[in-house]
Amino acid sequence: MSDTPKILLRGDEIENLREIDVYVDNGGYEGFKKALQMGSDGVINEVKAANLRGRGGAGFPTGVKWSFIPKDEPVKYVAVNADESETGTFKDRLIMETNPHQLIEGALICAYAIKATAVYIYLRGEFWDVAHELDKRIAEAREAGYLGENILDSGWSCEMYTHLGAGAYICGEESALLNSLEGYLGQPRVRPPFPANKGGGLYKEPTVVNNVETLSNVPWIIVNGADEYKKIGTDQSTGTKLFCVSGHVKNPGVYELPFNTTFRELLFDVCGGPRKEGTSFKAMLPSGGSGPIVPLTDEVLDSPMTYEDTAKLETIIGSASLIIMDDTVDITWVASKVIKFFRHESCGKCTPCREGTYWLDKVVDRIMAGEGRERDIQLIDNVAKNMQGLTLCALADFAANPIIHTIRHFPDDFMQHVKSDEELAAAGD
Amino acid sequence: MALKDKYADRIQHHLSKYPETRSAVMPLLYIAQEEYGYINDEGVAEVAEILDMDPTQVRSIAGFYTMYSEKPKGKYWLQVCTDLACALNGADQFHKDLKEYLGVEEAGTSEDGLFTVEHVMCLAACDKAPMLQCNFHYMENLDMEKMKAWIEEKRAEYQAELDKANQ
Ligand SMILES: Cc1cc2nc3c(=O)[nH]c(=O)nc-3n(C[C@H](O)[C@H](O)[C@H](O)COP(=O)(O)O)c2cc1C
Ligand code: SF4
Ligand code: FES
Repeated sequence: MSDTPKILLRGDEIENLREIDVYVDNGGYEGFKKALQMGSDGVINEVKAANLRGRGGAGFPTGVKWSFIPKDEPVKYVAVNADESETGTFKDRLIMETNPHQLIEGALICAYAIKATAVYIYLRGEFWDVAHELDKRIAEAREAGYLGENILDSGWSCEMYTHLGAGAYICGEESALLNSLEGYLGQPRVRPPFPANKGGGLYKEPTVVNNVETLSNVPWIIVNGADEYKKIGTDQSTGTKLFCVSGHVKNPGVYELPFNTTFRELLFDVCGGPRKEGTSFKAMLPSGGSGPIVPLTDEVLDSPMTYEDTAKLETIIGSASLIIMDDTVDITWVASKVIKFFRHESCGKCTPCREGTYWLDKVVDRIMAGEGRERDIQLIDNVAKNMQGLTLCALADFAANPIIHTIRHFPDDFMQHVKSDEELAAAGD
Repeated sequence: MALKDKYADRIQHHLSKYPETRSAVMPLLYIAQEEYGYINDEGVAEVAEILDMDPTQVRSIAGFYTMYSEKPKGKYWLQVCTDLACALNGADQFHKDLKEYLGVEEAGTSEDGLFTVEHVMCLAACDKAPMLQCNFHYMENLDMEKMKAWIEEKRAEYQAELDKANQ
């Protein structure tokens, strides 16, 4: 693990990396200059060859996404997703705080590859301080000639701005983000057209939406080449990943590691094992509130943290936001916390999502209060399963996951709160 | 003074960022909130006028997002994260103790008008629980000892201001 290069969290080792002079002294903006030599197609092909996958959660291949943008449209945009609102996720903030120019450079390379006219960085409203700091860094980049008219005599012009959201998880969903940026309610759009298509992007123009971490990898790939990048991780999960670890570990935090690191290496060697003496790990949400929960068995612990290996465990690595729970935790309580999140964050546009999250929350509360019956567990499982695949965006699926998978893996945690069918029969009910 | 005069430079800056003026509705609502302490009818009307929007639309945008406050808040707006990762490390108890210490209900304001406490969802600082956001700035790795000291400091500052004003 130790000989893997640090691509993103270099701010730990290089003091004041956030300042442009220090960033440039450490190879900064070399990737952008090289990109201008390579041309649009050269850049897109290199990112494709590196098999860089989206770090916002879905893991879509980034170079492929860029290649969907039509070449002949005069106005195009890049929207950087810095909404970072998934429970347990706190990595994009760290990149922006410690290594902001690498994000700016990555976004610029993307903008150049698709010949975008402007880049908007959409930050969650709570990142107020981060956004104001980022504004200063963007001004530095403009001062140095990396933004504005006819950048470095390339004949290409581009601007970059920050935009603050105001507290709505749904604005992390790419089409809701675009609506919010346009000044409409932050609700998802009907697709097609997709953001990359004319009619589907920002102000109806073709738009690439990428996560902060995704774009921050790009300068390194351009400088060192796809072949070097592919040496890190596995074929299907290339490069390093920022793993956010929270909950019951000794050393919570953000760690940059190659994808093929195992959960055990991260949770024990890096994070120091369970937080409290005498406890052991019980369960993990590997992708914040939205991905399926898994019991922390030896099989899970020994699995590499890749897209392909987590799929075998019937979960996802997603945004790699690991929330760790020890054996003192009641998983019913976890389900109630997570469903409250999604109930609060549902934008209300689709009935199965709006009504489903409301009922799930109500019934889980009833179970937690000791007023539930065994059949209530069946009921919420059914409600959750009926929310899947029917809605405008994936939030309803995310909201179904914590119910379906907690019941599946930890039925006893639910049963201890409810009256069983036998008890009810004995009481003549 | 009207927003469009008092904050002319900032408003102009935001308008210049976007090809369509409507996109400036969120930054302008923040300015209105800063000026009036919350999103009041006056602020909504002024933002609507600057952007040539219907006030009802501006109001609905403000209502959609939790960071625009539709009611006046205390001088310090404390939003405690009680979401899962923080709750695993004592955030629910911290939130309860904080309300008790200040003698407030959920989303209530302390008698001296200084502190409003409410709970919010994940703030992307889950490794630093318990944590909260005070007027859009983060306070992390908290416990009640630290909070009590901070609260008393703010109360003393406020008292000193009052004393000075009364001299
Ligand atoms: C409800 C919902 C919330 C999302 N929140 C975020 C988010 O906070 N940050 C993010 O980067 N992607 C988020 N996404 C994923 C985005 O829609 C989109 O896939 C991503 O920004 C694409 O960038 P990437 O390919 O670089 O990952 C969310 C998706 C959904 C359905
Ligand atoms: S699934 Fe939920 S959050 Fe997504 S658009 Fe429908 S109602 Fe809104
Ligand atoms: S759960 Fe509290 S900051 Fe993330």
